[in-house]
Amino acid sequence: MHHERNGHSASTIHLAADAQGRLVFTDPHGTTHTAVEPVRAFPISAPRHGIALCDADGRQLHWIEALDALPVAEQKLLEDALARRQFVPTVRRILRVSRVVEPSDWEVETDRGIARFSLRSEEDVRRLAGHRALVTDAHGIRYLIPDLRDLDPFSSRILERYL
Amino acid sequence: MAGKPTTDPWSSLPGHWTAALQGRLQTGERLLAWFEPDLDHRLHFSQHLVALTDRRFLGLDGAAEPPREWLLDPAQVLRSAEQSGLGTLELSDPNGQLSTWRYTAARHAAARALVQCWDSMRGAATEAAQSVCPSCGAIMPAENERCAACTAAAQHDDQSLRSLYRLLAFARPRAGMILVGFVLTLASTAAGLVPPYLTMPLLDDVLIPHQNGRPVQFSLVYGYLAGLAGAALLAWLLDWARSFVSAWVSERISADLRQQTYAHLQTLSLEFFGGKRTGDLMSRVGSDTDRLCNFLSAHLVDFSTDILMILMTAAILLSIDPMLALATLCPFPIIVWLVNWVRGRLLRGYRRGTVAWAEMTNVLADTIPGIRVVKAFAQEQREIERFNAANDRVLHANQRVNLTWSFFGPVVTLLTTLGLLVVWGFGAWRVYHAHITVGVLTAFLAYITRFYTRSESMIRIFSNTQRAAASAHRIFEIIDRVPSVPEPKDPVQPGRLEGRIELEAVRFSYGPREVLHGIDLTIEPGEMIGLVGHSGAGKTTLTNLLCRFFDVASGAIRVDGTDIRSFPVEAYRRNIGIVLQEPFLFYGTVAENIAYGRPDASREAIVAAARAARAHEFILRLPDGYDSLVGERGQSLSGGERQRIAIARALLIDPRILILDEATSSVDTETERDIQAALENLTKGRTTIAIAHRLSTLRRANRIVVLDRGNIVETGTHHDLLRLRGAYSRLHKAQLEMVQGHAV
Ligand SMILES: Nc1ncnc2c1ncn2[C@@H]1O[C@H](COP(=O)(O)OP(=O)(O)OP(=O)(O)O)[C@@H](O)[C@H]1O
Ligand SMILES: [Mg+2]
Repeated sequence: MHHERNGHSASTIHLAADAQGRLVFTDPHGTTHTAVEPVRAFPISAPRHGIALCDADGRQLHWIEALDALPVAEQKLLEDALARRQFVPTVRRILRVSRVVEPSDWEVETDRGIARFSLRSEEDVRRLAGHRALVTDAHGIRYLIPDLRDLDPFSSRILERYL
Repeated sequence: MAGKPTTDPWSSLPGHWTAALQGRLQTGERLLAWFEPDLDHRLHFSQHLVALTDRRFLGLDGAAEPPREWLLDPAQVLRSAEQSGLGTLELSDPNGQLSTWRYTAARHAAARALVQCWDSMRGAATEAAQSVCPSCGAIMPAENERCAACTAAAQHDDQSLRSLYRLLAFARPRAGMILVGFVLTLASTAAGLVPPYLTMPLLDDVLIPHQNGRPVQFSLVYGYLAGLAGAALLAWLLDWARSFVSAWVSERISADLRQQTYAHLQTLSLEFFGGKRTGDLMSRVGSDTDRLCNFLSAHLVDFSTDILMILMTAAILLSIDPMLALATLCPFPIIVWLVNWVRGRLLRGYRRGTVAWAEMTNVLADTIPGIRVVKAFAQEQREIERFNAANDRVLHANQRVNLTWSFFGPVVTLLTTLGLLVVWGFGAWRVYHAHITVGVLTAFLAYITRFYTRSESMIRIFSNTQRAAASAHRIFEIIDRVPSVPEPKDPVQPGRLEGRIELEAVRFSYGPREVLHGIDLTIEPGEMIGLVGHSGAGKTTLTNLLCRFFDVASGAIRVDGTDIRSFPVEAYRRNIGIVLQEPFLFYGTVAENIAYGRPDASREAIVAAARAARAHEFILRLPDGYDSLVGERGQSLSGGERQRIAIARALLIDPRILILDEATSSVDTETERDIQAALENLTKGRTTIAIAHRLSTLRRANRIVVLDRGNIVETGTHHDLLRLRGAYSRLHKAQLEMVQGHAV
């Protein structure tokens, strides 16, 4: 059973990308797995720690304790794969909120450009541990606010209503 | 009621028996205890007395009749038996029955007390059977129908105003600010009374002489106007400061109150929560404290302002013109009387209102978490009607209050107008006779208007006082509740336990119903015990006792040779990991839920626990992995997923004693086997008690204990018990047949 295998050091494994850009993983026994999905166990609280490599059925093949312990090239490969799998734009600034009561239309500046979305209910804005907050739009896309204290006054004032 | 030897039995003896009994006692004979049966042998109500002295039993069947007597003899046995509301007290000796008395359920406790008194005298002390009151968690004698604590609480209902005084204890830490607030109140009230005083000379010394052709002294006019403006400004400033201070104080007092209520709530045992409805408790901690805060900030300060205002106004009026003042104040006693009349009606009305409101909250707290059941059985309409009914009761309760109130308000207005009329009439007459000036009259009119508006608002406050008193009473009802799982006086620190558990003649009752009848069991450290039995056999109850959610009624539970009641509750529970039959997840992330018992656990430890509980992979499939929000409002998990998170939570604290109450009942057989495999490593060296209906779950148990209706009926390994062909083998056979039946 593959998922029983933990604690192997990262150096005994090998990661590569195949022609379609899918991740290929060679485990410490030399077995090769294609179409491997990396999954962050703690995507919000510790994005660079605890990464599981899973097969297509979601079974864990390997556990990577820390991303930074991998060789740089494999790190890059994994990060790209993770970025493809996970879409959580980081909010830099709130530009406009259509009205005070939900549903309201929001326009925010994120690390991936300007985003417009609608917020269904006030409960979709949540405070997370460590001054972070998460906004979930009507389609379930999540926008992360990495640090509430770093926001400009306008954005803070908007969020104050919800938190 | 029966007197105990420790208190003077005479003091509580009803008067008509005192004389009858005193005449019958020999010189030097002492009364030790008595009991008053209230039925005769045909079961008609009548009065009797059984007295126990240091020499004999005396039976009186009425004050006039001669007593029956039995000289004391240690061989005599006094027994009380109760059945369906009727009791029999029987006195017998080895030769047979001497006498019997009958009584109603109301006298059960008293009869028992007499029996105990005699038993302890003849040295056959029996331990009083106790049980726990289901509504408040207080310990009560088993035969008591109602718990003394609850009854006392109900009786004190009328003293709810006293609860308000008890708020003073919470006000004491803020005494400094309260003093500031009071001084500000005083000052702002005084400032508010200045203007009419200044209009008086303005009229008399300036305007009226001007009308009579005298030149206006403008310096005076400016002076008075400046004074008026200054007083208004000062009143505004002071009022502002006063409102702020009083809001500051009251917000803190009610926060303290909320905090203490909640903290106390957490110390109360499960028994208390079992008997209370969630909605009711929530409304106590939430809206009742809020209502108090409102009362303290707005009304209490207003009230003192009003009193001050009324007193100061009265003083000023009297100083200006005593005659007119007396005339003006004559409707005041009527108002006082009215207030008193209305007060009683409002109090009753508000109490009805609060109860109706709590009832309505209860409907909400019932149906919202149970919404799936409501929908599944298509009972939306019925729930709507239930809510409507509760809502109607609120409406009606408030309606009555409003009726009183709407009648009362205009009456006060009428009185105010009448008061003004008196001032106009009497004042004009006094002006006509040149006793007072026009200026004095206007000042009077200005003051008296204030006076009456104040008294009206004071009455409004009276009604709010009643409302606040009702709230305060409900809050103190929680704060006053004594936890029924008391902390030991001389705690023994458990540290890290071995895990050797001994149950000795453990009995337990929920209210009057005994569910465990003397359980004896010893569990070695590291042993795994499987607990099986029919539904309702008392398995969960037994684990509840082990966790000290409740305390045993009699007998003892010892862990590592120490009675668990000698351990501090929290330190003891730290050694126990429990997976409840209905796993509960808090609103928070998966990681937080797993780490609930050890918030400082590292991520690695959390993942390891989740792996052991076979929860790791399904957690990875959640949108945010371990950071996904679960619980109310969060991601919904299946029953089996919840159970696995609960197992991980129990494993993470690395307990010495692990209790699994149907911990894997909702997971599929394959996952269960996986969990079992993982548990095998983890249960090594841990005392484990696993409850399961699916007997295959208990394959790895060292011993299986079969519980039936509160008794242990069989103990042994799986194979031993099968060979015994008893209860266990029957259960086993039934399950096998079911599996085969499905297979066909
Ligand atoms: N809080 C309570 N108040 C009053 N009676 C209770 C309370 N909890 C349980 N009981 C009663 O005590 C008896 C034993 O209950 P217990 O929960 O221990 O059964 P169990 O063996 O765990 O049953 P199951 O297998 O169905 O979980 C039952 O008859 C139940 O009705
Ligand atoms: Mg149970």
